[in-house]
Amino acid sequence: MDDESLTTPYFPTWCPGCGNFSLWSAFKNACIKEHWDNSNTVLVAGIGCHGHILNFIKLTSFETLHGRPIPVATGIKTVNPLLNVFVFTGDGDCLGEGGNHFLHACRRNEDLTVIIHNNGVYALTTGQTSPTSPKGYKSKSTPAGNTDAPLNPLALAITTGATLVAREYAGNIENLTSLIIKANNHKGLAIIEVLQPCITFNKRFTHSFFRENCCRLDPDFNTANKQKAYTKSLEFGIKKMPLGIFYEV
Amino acid sequence: MRIKKVFSLKIGGCAGQGVKSLGLLFSKCLLHLGYKTYSYIEYPSLIKGGHNVVQISVSQNQPTGPTTKTDFLVALNRDTLDKHLGELEEGAGVLLDLGEKENTLKVSHKVKFFGIPLANISGEKYPVSNVIALGALVALFGGELTILNGEIEKEYRHEKSMAENLKAAKLGFDFIKKNYPKESAILNPLESLTESPDKILDGNEAVSLGAISAGLEFASIYPMSPISGIIHFLASHQKTHNYIYKQPEDEISAINMAIGASFAGARSLVATSGGGFCLMTEGFGLAGITETPLVVIEGMRGAPATGLATFSEQGDLSFVLNAHQGDFPRIVLAAGDIREAFDLTRKAFNLADKYQTPVVVLLDKNICDNSQSISLPNSPYTIDRGKLTTDRVENYKRYILSKDGISTRTLPGSGNFFIANSEEHNEFGYSSEDSGNRISQMEKRMLKLETCAKKDMAPPTLYGSKNAELTIVSWGSCKGSILQALKDFNNVNFLHLMWLNPFPAKEVETILSQARYIIAIEGNYSAQMARLIREKTGIEIKDKFLKYDGRPFFVEDITDKIHRVLKDIKNG
Ligand SMILES: Cc1ncc(C[n+]2csc(CCOP(=O)(O)OP(=O)(O)O)c2C)c(N)n1
Ligand code: SF4
Ligand SMILES: [Mg+2]
Repeated sequence: MDDESLTTPYFPTWCPGCGNFSLWSAFKNACIKEHWDNSNTVLVAGIGCHGHILNFIKLTSFETLHGRPIPVATGIKTVNPLLNVFVFTGDGDCLGEGGNHFLHACRRNEDLTVIIHNNGVYALTTGQTSPTSPKGYKSKSTPAGNTDAPLNPLALAITTGATLVAREYAGNIENLTSLIIKANNHKGLAIIEVLQPCITFNKRFTHSFFRENCCRLDPDFNTANKQKAYTKSLEFGIKKMPLGIFYEV
Repeated sequence: MRIKKVFSLKIGGCAGQGVKSLGLLFSKCLLHLGYKTYSYIEYPSLIKGGHNVVQISVSQNQPTGPTTKTDFLVALNRDTLDKHLGELEEGAGVLLDLGEKENTLKVSHKVKFFGIPLANISGEKYPVSNVIALGALVALFGGELTILNGEIEKEYRHEKSMAENLKAAKLGFDFIKKNYPKESAILNPLESLTESPDKILDGNEAVSLGAISAGLEFASIYPMSPISGIIHFLASHQKTHNYIYKQPEDEISAINMAIGASFAGARSLVATSGGGFCLMTEGFGLAGITETPLVVIEGMRGAPATGLATFSEQGDLSFVLNAHQGDFPRIVLAAGDIREAFDLTRKAFNLADKYQTPVVVLLDKNICDNSQSISLPNSPYTIDRGKLTTDRVENYKRYILSKDGISTRTLPGSGNFFIANSEEHNEFGYSSEDSGNRISQMEKRMLKLETCAKKDMAPPTLYGSKNAELTIVSWGSCKGSILQALKDFNNVNFLHLMWLNPFPAKEVETILSQARYIIAIEGNYSAQMARLIREKTGIEIKDKFLKYDGRPFFVEDITDKIHRVLKDIKNG
């Protein structure tokens, strides 16, 4: 298995420099390493720039409705537990339109890998504020600045019952590849928040912003401690955006 | 007491008094006596308190609809007497608490009262007073206590409650034998069967049995009246029949889970009422464009919004026919009774697989919750999964254009690549906004409906003689009362519609254009079926007999209407 066999007739239509490119590479590398092919793997995506990924990886997939990839994936995995099932979702898709499904998938600890392309914006609809946009964030829908507090997907996942919760920056391709493999091997729900720069609509969460402010979790961090994982997941600020596995049980 | 064609027994009490289980157990006893039954249940959306009624039609031949008049009333409380005394026929019987006997003589004609100490006989009030009444009923109807004991043992498996109920039944039974020794049976037993070939089933059970026998593999259902019974049945039989019931967080999730399961190869079902179907409309179209088979059971109740939660209506027809934006092929069937609910559920699974599209079976609360004696057929059923391959196919195209609109489906894990895509897509499933592709994919999907109309659509059923003075057109649960009413007329026929999309326009047009006088009967405000008939055939039905008070059409409603119209016709 090689990159060639995963190639579709379509080259990604994402904006040049979009964080989705490196996420895409990281996922394909994982496929090659792990021999994920059409006999054992299915991809499920929501609607948004993130969802387009399905057209660029030659693996059987389901492009669902906006907000609905998690329940569709749940149905697939429930009736065919032998499949590796991956969900590609956005911050809007997963936490806005599909927020209820996210909570309940965590609660049920469904055996899925959910990759949240978190760019802090509704990108496909050309740049409105999303549930993870920071307070004060100016966008087409919040010209005077966002008045709402952002949701923290990791904190949510930890408190509601997901059993592997991690964050990675899209540009760290190798780390992301091994994280995706780990998540797939995990029995139970694995949530990976990928910090994915939308270079067109989010001028705050840029590649250089993440490179400057992300830090790695201490290798000795106790990932089995729910309280500590939760507290750690709340850290999100200048020079203080931890990457790695927060929680794994 | 004189044996009538259909004997009507009514049981009333407050919620929590066990009205429903009394009705069910007594219906089962009646089977042993050789009778057929039909039960109509009316209850408020409450767990305790409020007025509950079961009306059981009893006859040698299968009764099919609810009636208003009453030949025998079981009053578990005072409220029941106040509400229903006026419905008693001349010579009717009333079973009531001894303490009530004196206060009730406000009926003009002759009624016979049977006072039994419902409340005090066992020193306990609830929950066994219903079983005391049951014992008394069996005695009054000429049954043996052993029959009732057998049914109680089947119903109450828990040792303590079984013993308690057996005791209560005997108390009621013995009290009648001792205090009314000369009373002849209210209905003479026709037979004495240890095992009846019939079962008492409600529509929810019939749907569940239909689904299981059709090879159900996955169901996700969010609770809602009147279909919650389907959950209760399916959830408790998973292990023995090898399917999965999963409780979703809402109806949006329910339909999306079922679509995922179906995409992965499982025969999948969702069930809901109108309010839940509102949430499902989004997924309904997703199944349409991704060509994913799906069976949707829609049990209608009073609408809009929360509406009349535990009452019936047929107001979702237009909604279901038009739900979701744009066009995609949907098959919509409506069951008229419990037997049709069973048959159409089974058929829906094959149609969904064959046409790779969602199939709705419309029911109404009168079918979901009402029960009747029935023997389900061992009729052969062959699972038809349609065009489906799990083999590796060279250059596989999931949405390949074809003469009948149907492409060969495959499953994830088969090695074949494809995308099930909610966006418009090309033959492989890749997103495509190309104009030519859009046209051909749209036409391909819609062609499936034409294929279905040619190959599978059944013509509507015409009951009664072809040459009638009056033709009734109806659908859904009205069928039962209409058929029952028609027994008194030889010049009235009845066109019963089951296929609503695709629609048998030619056959309906032929029959209706020859009819001398047409009445449309349906349980909604805006005559949605009549509107559909006009859309499909151009025939405007002027006389619309509509009901939207949450209650079913009682047999008397239909009979009276027919009499009025026949009289008008006669008088020109
Ligand atoms: C029911 C519904 N509402 C709205 C939309 C329009 N819509 C498409 S994508 C999107 C937001 C996408 O945001 P996100 O999930 O963060 O994905 P991104 O584009 O940022 O990757 C919206 C609102 C839709 N397709 N369906
Ligand atoms: S709009 Fe943003 S998320 Fe979408 S492709 Fe462009 S950069 Fe990427
Ligand atoms: Mg986004």
